[in-house]
Amino acid sequence: MFVSVIMILASLIIGKSSPDFEKLSPYECGFNPFEDSRKTFDIKFYITAILFIIFDVEVVLLLPLVFVLNFCLPFVLVFLALLIFGFFYEWQKGILNWA
Amino acid sequence: MYFFCIMVFNTILILISIAFLTLAERKVLGAIQLRRGPTNVGFFGLAQPFADGLKLLGKETIFPKSADKFLFVFASFMAFTLSLFAWVVVPFDEYAVLIDVSFGVLFILIVSSLNVYGLVLAGWASNSKYAFLGSVRAAAQMLSYELSMGFVLITVLLPVGSLNLSDIVIAQSDVWFVVCFLPLALVFFISILAETNRTPFDLPEAEAELVAGYNVEYSSIIFAMFFLAEYSNMIFMGSVFASIFLGGWLPLFPGITNIPFGFWLGLKVTGLLFIFIWVRGTFPRYRFDQLMGLGWKCFLPLTLALFIFYWVFFNLIF
Repeated sequence: MFVSVIMILASLIIGKSSPDFEKLSPYECGFNPFEDSRKTFDIKFYITAILFIIFDVEVVLLLPLVFVLNFCLPFVLVFLALLIFGFFYEWQKGILNWA
Repeated sequence: MYFFCIMVFNTILILISIAFLTLAERKVLGAIQLRRGPTNVGFFGLAQPFADGLKLLGKETIFPKSADKFLFVFASFMAFTLSLFAWVVVPFDEYAVLIDVSFGVLFILIVSSLNVYGLVLAGWASNSKYAFLGSVRAAAQMLSYELSMGFVLITVLLPVGSLNLSDIVIAQSDVWFVVCFLPLALVFFISILAETNRTPFDLPEAEAELVAGYNVEYSSIIFAMFFLAEYSNMIFMGSVFASIFLGGWLPLFPGITNIPFGFWLGLKVTGLLFIFIWVRGTFPRYRFDQLMGLGWKCFLPLTLALFIFYWVFFNLIF
């Protein structure tokens, strides 16, 4: 953290600055930007993030298994079965297809 | 105070190794393409990374006029800080861990999740289309591959019974985990490549379509910090891979004790990083749908299935 603060300050002090309209406008292949860049984006990204949350919570819930290897075999199997069922449902619904 | 000195020393060493990794990448890529790489600055070009760093320090920091200036700087600050922050749990030797937490692996997962924020903030704050697309892609890609990483980590930890990286290394004193968990090691390696945005998966910064992705608006030292963060993550993930699958600081040949253990970790990480660069020099880039397909339709079911397999297997054995 200290290192990064020092580096930013050093660059602000050392670096020269000569502002210019073309230089400060958002980069876009030689044009002036002609659309708002806060555009809509593909819903797939959003769905991916939601799926990530489900599976990441699953990973975190499975972490304690490391300490208790023989713990509750049926419980874990039911837990995994539900998640795997959900996963294949999503797959079959075509949510995982990017094209 | 002692701890603080160690911390600073460690950070400096990491920064130097990052610098030399950038040089090594250019040299190895040069060798792959039958060139010689940088040769002029210093002895065999050894001072090249420092010259580059100084040059970037002297450049103008451009703030695009539509950008959110605070978040713009904060994004690169966050990416760089987090990439250095992760290093505290890596064991360099039996007792040489900066903070010997009992949840080291969880810490690694947390920090690699947080790394996404730096990129998303960068893309959003620069208010540019390419940067925005690059950051959204980076987020989706890193999230997808983090899942398979998480499952691989749980599976490997089953026989260890601890989340501490030192315990994982000590558990491998008989046989390295890469022998027992070869498919998982391969999945983990590819996930690392995707997680650090390395070449077959470097879609967030695909220069042919997105020019440079999330850091297109960045210049000067705040660009350098993204760059350093990326390479620091590479070395960090390499050392995590070495600790988990290749026996960390355990010597290559048992019985050799007169060489410091840190040397062996360094050797393994160097080998892994060479493979990273080799992959960059040889493989073409994936398409984004192929990338997400690989993550969600191949690696996630595969690691889930392997997790259940190993879990039942260990339950039967122990």
